Order: sequence, then structure tokens, then C-alpha cells
Amino acid sequence: MTALLRTEGVGKAYGGVHALDSCTVEVEEGSVAGLIGPNGSGKTTLFNVITGYAKADAGHVYLGDRKITNAAPDRVFGFGIGRTFQLTRIFASLTVLENMLVASPNGRAAARRRAMEQLEFVGIAGHHAELAGTLSYGQRKLLELAYVLVADPAVVLLDEPAGGVNLSLVNTIADRIRELNAAGKTFLIVEHNMEFVMGLCDRVTVLDSGTVVAAGPPAIIRTDRRVLNAYLGDDLPDDDPNPGERA
Amino acid sequence: MTGAGTEPRSVLKITDLVAGYGGGDVLRGVSMQVREGGITCVVGPNGAGKSTLLSAVSGLLRPRLGAIELDGLDLAGLSPRQVLRRGVVQVPQNHSLFRDMTVRENIELGGYILADRKLTARRAATVLDAFPDIAGWAGKKAGSLSGGQQRLVEFARAMMLEPRLLLLDEPSMGLAPLVLRTVFDAIRRMSAAGVTILLVEQNARAGLRLASDGVVMESGRVRLSGTGREVLEHPEIGALYLGGAVSSG
Repeated sequence: MTALLRTEGVGKAYGGVHALDSCTVEVEEGSVAGLIGPNGSGKTTLFNVITGYAKADAGHVYLGDRKITNAAPDRVFGFGIGRTFQLTRIFASLTVLENMLVASPNGRAAARRRAMEQLEFVGIAGHHAELAGTLSYGQRKLLELAYVLVADPAVVLLDEPAGGVNLSLVNTIADRIRELNAAGKTFLIVEHNMEFVMGLCDRVTVLDSGTVVAAGPPAIIRTDRRVLNAYLGDDLPDDDPNPGERA
Repeated sequence: MTGAGTEPRSVLKITDLVAGYGGGDVLRGVSMQVREGGITCVVGPNGAGKSTLLSAVSGLLRPRLGAIELDGLDLAGLSPRQVLRRGVVQVPQNHSLFRDMTVRENIELGGYILADRKLTARRAATVLDAFPDIAGWAGKKAGSLSGGQQRLVEFARAMMLEPRLLLLDEPSMGLAPLVLRTVFDAIRRMSAAGVTILLVEQNARAGLRLASDGVVMESGRVRLSGTGREVLEHPEIGALYLGGAVSSG
């Protein structure tokens, strides 16, 4: 298998807290990879390190054979890694179409046509003339997806694409990802909605306290004891894990 | 797990509660009870609606449907201040002390709605007795305390109103394991002093071990309930966190 995107031993500390520790994650070309883990496990930090929004203290990030560790966000985008954010970053007082054109690098008519195609694809072309601020939360997520796709990145990183989105739009988002993937697009997705992740991803990596505790296909991950432990939390120091056995 | 007549009565009874923000519902028909004198711990994956549940109880979020009864009186639709006057006090998830005020001043502010200086001073003395660690920091600025110490002061401040029901929203958030122990011990002590507690906790294992009763929420509904132990050892708890088919209950 070929890893199109790879983090190798990435470490990142904020003050004394290790947000990421020796974090190695691989995303195979043409796959949909998932990144899950409890709150604060380092998922978004890893996204930030990959995309240049945070500097790694240790380790490296590779896109194909190219080492892109700690490149600035615009360069990472130029290399072919597009991302969305957990809280959508759209221009609320620009129209939907204008938002698309902000990200667009080339000529006007062509850019406009391509932008409209992307909006058609995600299903919000009918709203192109409306202010982005009037879109629902789910529609904003779709706008952000369309916006990232304009530059045709090799890898798309999605930070909680289904978070706070109603069920029918969650399904729309999943369908669009499947279609893009069928056409060869590679994805890395952070998401708390397990049905979404497990139903969509070829491979899931699980972070806990900044380290990888498991990686594999969804069916294996779902039944992995280490993964469940990560989600349920640790016993407190001194808590007897088997109080029933004393009786 | 409905009960015999000898069971403690419910302080809080939530029935078919629907609430949310904007267009969507976060809580989609939640029914649960909080037993008098117990610690009821609500756990569940991210986005299950745990914090929204507390917001609805404390009046920060107006329910769309359903009832929230405190000792038989409906709280739904009351303002946060009115809910507070009924004796429901919430310790929010994020640190909420006034950093430039002293610990003692922060605690006294917990008695703000008492509007009675003497009573406030008496209560503050009682509260400081109950939290002996805090007495040593009473004159320090709250902002100079560690995260765990701030949590204890937030608890102490909440105790100023001698709450009928104490709502704790993820008190372990951001705390190191050793500090967690201190914070959980404090929760245990408040409970032992007779306060009924509704606890939302991300560390499900630690929270359910501490609790008398446990509730697992998922996608805005109650999916499992029972004693803390029963819920923690329930074979379906894994599926609720990691996805998969689970019967609703």
C-alpha cells in the first residue's frame, strides 16, 4: 500500500501538555481514512500540524515523497492538501458564490463555472446568490466542502463534517464523499459520529492522549478493547477496578 | 429498574424533554429521574446531548417540549434566576471564577441572590469548614490557582446556596489524573453531606463508579439506565460509544 499522506513520530506540546506524542498515521492513496478519539485526544492538533497551522516539535509529515513538515498553511494547500474546520470558516457577509471565488485561483468566467459546478455537486447551487451567513449549519459545511474542492487537492482533510448537522444532510455529505472517493479522491476525516465514520472509512486510526492506540478497519476498531477504554476513560488512581471481587 | 416503595424519592423528574438550538433538536425525548441524596451520572459520546440536558434543567435553554419537575414543580420555561431560586445550582464546564478576585470573594458571590450579608458570611464560614483545603487559599486571587483548585472553589461557591440539586458539567475536564481524584473526592463529600447531584462526566468509568445511578445518552436520547455499576458493566455500553446496533431502552 502507498501512503499518500503520512505523519511519522509527530510530537506537539502546549506548555507541559503533550497534545501529540510519537504520532504515526498513514493515509493510503485513494482511501477514506478516519481519525477518531475522545475529546482532547489530539485529532484537531494533528490536522493543524499536517496543514501548517501548528508547528510539530518532533517528527515529520510527508505528502507522497515530499517532506512538508511545518510548511506554512498556504504552501501546504499549494502542495495539495485541502482542509475544512470544525467550526466552519466562511465569509458570512459574502454570497455563497463569492465565498467560492475567494478560494479560486484562475480566470473569472472559468472560475465561476467551476464554482457553480461544485455548488451543484454538494447540492447548494440554488443558494448561490444568498449571503453565506443565511445558510444552515449543515449547508455551511457543504459550502466549505465545495470551497476546498475548487482547488482540486490530492488529499482532503475534513474536521467533523457531520458535527451539528441534521441527519439528511449528514447522509448527503457522506454520499458526496463516497462519490469523490470513487473518482479517486483521498480523505482523512475527524468525526465523532461513529455511524458516519464506521460506514464511510476504509481504515480508522484511534488517538488517545496524543498517541495512536489502534488502527485498522472499522469492524476491528469497533470491537477493540483499547479503543473502548480510550472512550470510557481511565479509572482514578486508587479506584479498585474490580470492587465486586472483594466480596 | 422501576422500584419498590422503599426507594428514595426523585428530586428531579424529566419527562419527554425536547430541546435544541436553531433548527435542530439536540434532546429528542429524554426521560430520566434523579434520586434524592444520590449522585446520578450522565455519560455518553460527544454530541449525545449531556451538556444540553443540564442547560435545559438550569433554565439556560428553554425546552421545546416535555417537563422538568423539581420536587413536583415544573421548571420548564423558568429563567435561570428563577431556577436558581428553586435551589438548582450549576457548576459550568469551563472555569468560571473571577480571576482577579480572591477565593473568599468568589465564594461569597455564590450567595449573591441571598441579598443578606450576615447570612452570606455565615454560609461562607460553613462552606470553608466543609472544604478545609480551600481555607488555606482564601486570600489568594482565584486566577493564581491550579485548574483542580479552581474546580474545588467552584464547588464551594455552589454550596453557598445549600442546593436542593447540584448540576456538575464535566468537572474532570482538562484535569490530570491525580487532581481528578481530589475533585471526585470533593463530589463524594458534597454527596455525603446530603446534596443531590446530577453529574455529567466525560470520564465514564470514573463517573459511573462514583455514582449511585447511571444514565447513558446517545443522539439525544437515554439509551441505558440503572445503577452506576449496572450501566458501567452493561455489555452494550461499547456499542453506544463506538457505534453499532443497540436496542433503545
